[in-house]
Amino acid sequence: MSILVDASTRVLVQGLTGSQGRFHGLRNRAYGTSVVAGVTPGKGGMDVEGIPVFDTVAEAVEATDAVASLIFVPARGAAAAVIEAGEAGIALVVCITEGIPLHDEARAFHHLARNCPGTRLLGPNCPGVISPGKANLGITPGEIALPGGPVGVVSRSGTLTYQALHELTRNGIGQTTCVGIGGDPVPGTGFIDCLRLFQADPETRAVIMIGEIGGSDEEAAAAFIAEEMDKPVVAYVAGVTAPPGRRMGHAGAIVSGGKGGAAAKIEALEAAGATVVLDPTELGSRMAEVLDL
Amino acid sequence: MEQAVAAGDAIGYPVVVKAQVPVGGRGKAGGVKVANDAGELTAAAGAVLGMSIKGHLVRSVWVEEALAAAREIYFSFTFDRAAKLHLGMLSARGGIDIEQVAVESPEAIHRFHVNPLERFSQEEAVAAVDAAGITGDAAEPVAGLLVKLYDAYVAEDAELMEVNPLAVVADGRVVGMDAKVVLDDNAAWRHPDWEQWRDLAGLDPRERSAREKGLTYVGLDGSVGIIGNGAGLVMSTLDVVAQAGGRAANFLDVGGGASADVITAALDVVNADPAVRAIFVNIFGGITRGEEVAKGIVEALGRVDLRSPIVVRLDGTNAEEGRAILAAHESDRLVSRPTMLEAARTAVALAAS
Repeated sequence: MSILVDASTRVLVQGLTGSQGRFHGLRNRAYGTSVVAGVTPGKGGMDVEGIPVFDTVAEAVEATDAVASLIFVPARGAAAAVIEAGEAGIALVVCITEGIPLHDEARAFHHLARNCPGTRLLGPNCPGVISPGKANLGITPGEIALPGGPVGVVSRSGTLTYQALHELTRNGIGQTTCVGIGGDPVPGTGFIDCLRLFQADPETRAVIMIGEIGGSDEEAAAAFIAEEMDKPVVAYVAGVTAPPGRRMGHAGAIVSGGKGGAAAKIEALEAAGATVVLDPTELGSRMAEVLDL
Repeated sequence: MEQAVAAGDAIGYPVVVKAQVPVGGRGKAGGVKVANDAGELTAAAGAVLGMSIKGHLVRSVWVEEALAAAREIYFSFTFDRAAKLHLGMLSARGGIDIEQVAVESPEAIHRFHVNPLERFSQEEAVAAVDAAGITGDAAEPVAGLLVKLYDAYVAEDAELMEVNPLAVVADGRVVGMDAKVVLDDNAAWRHPDWEQWRDLAGLDPRERSAREKGLTYVGLDGSVGIIGNGAGLVMSTLDVVAQAGGRAANFLDVGGGASADVITAALDVVNADPAVRAIFVNIFGGITRGEEVAKGIVEALGRVDLRSPIVVRLDGTNAEEGRAILAAHESDRLVSRPTMLEAARTAVALAAS
């Protein structure tokens, strides 16, 4: 099994007619993902290599029974696109767009929480979700993933997610699902949501978790691992050598006043029983040891 | 200088001269001075202008009426990531030691959340002021200002709006004496007026050059220049370089979907740092395409006079195409390595040689 998405997930792409949306939407379809529609206001009636385009998400859902949406809309309109997807009854909204203003992002998050309880948001500013061999929603290069499980991956960092997949695949270890939760201040889905799903998924035997400096989500995840998980977790936290007080790219990656530093996160994860590696290229080999392969 | 004296004459002495810099702690750094007449004002402005406060050159000063605060209040709005809500903070014990108050007596700071979908009402503000123990004649004007601060925080796309201290003056007036505002760069497109406040001149010259090219750059003190895509991977690259026994000269994230031009610009920025002895380009492509990265590197080799050898590790989307482009140009100035750790070791060795 997999979590969040599989081969039957019917996907629409908001922003399919843009350059990123087209490139990755078609790439996702070529991977085997059931990409059934595109949405771009004003371009309804067009098609992108056979994928019909609609003016609104509601029309696309009505015509194609899409249940998931993948958003490549530019930052200025992305928060509105998230809300539109939620209001059209989409169950899983995956927002790839980076650079969304904080206040827009916060409003979109709370709009879904209040008005669209059936909608899960993944992202924004994330690589998306891939269930290898079944479906790829987002920008993860599908060829680095290996189908068949038994490892689930959850990560706050896009490129390190790929690194983790690559290392697992190199070691012959397949993945059930790999979820990039994104590094923005208001992620729709967090570590704990994914850890809970992996814990409940019978085919997932172990989990890789990739954190970053900044915030306290890794510490909260560590508490969840200690209390609610019996599956082994191998973790990596980026930013051990990052100087305190400097902002490093992600709005999320800020260390200040001793809080949010890598050392505290690593300590919390180790105390929770997770295996922590200090080099991301060791994720695969350590997972092989943990699984006794 | 003349403008400062004119302002002082217009306001009436004594006045306070305050350095205008985008960092906190300027008072403790000597950037705030009282002047009792035009002569003192000239001396004070002369001393403050041109000062460097935490790396920021003081290019302008603010002159205002000197007031004796009977009480100092702290209040602010920021975003609480853990709660995913806006966080208001209010304290009757404002002033320059607010951070100490936060550590020693956290109960002296009243904290409350506001849902981003809601307005912050006058009634809620009155309740917050009461909970913070701010009583008497000042309570009502402070509550009014709190509502205005929230509205401004939202309307201006701020990540932080902080007034400290808000002074209650002997004659009953309530005056904001210092404020700090952090604006969200991601929202700059809907605030064209922000451009006039952008202080690139105060930045590290390396950071300024990167900022002008739209790159995320943080200067560090090692000899291995770093270019990567994604904050996580770049931080991880710093860590791996440290493990290989080297030190990174910088953090540079080209972001997602970087084109050949962006890669060339990034090489240009890193190359300009005289401390750099080797450049490590670490790309794992998702939305970024390998052949674009490779084209950018090859282009930079022809266009920029690169002082240091480049070590590239390229994986992910279209990595094969990218590696083929790099292989055609491989030399002792451009080396490809299959893994992050090997590339880090090579870069560290080249930087040391």
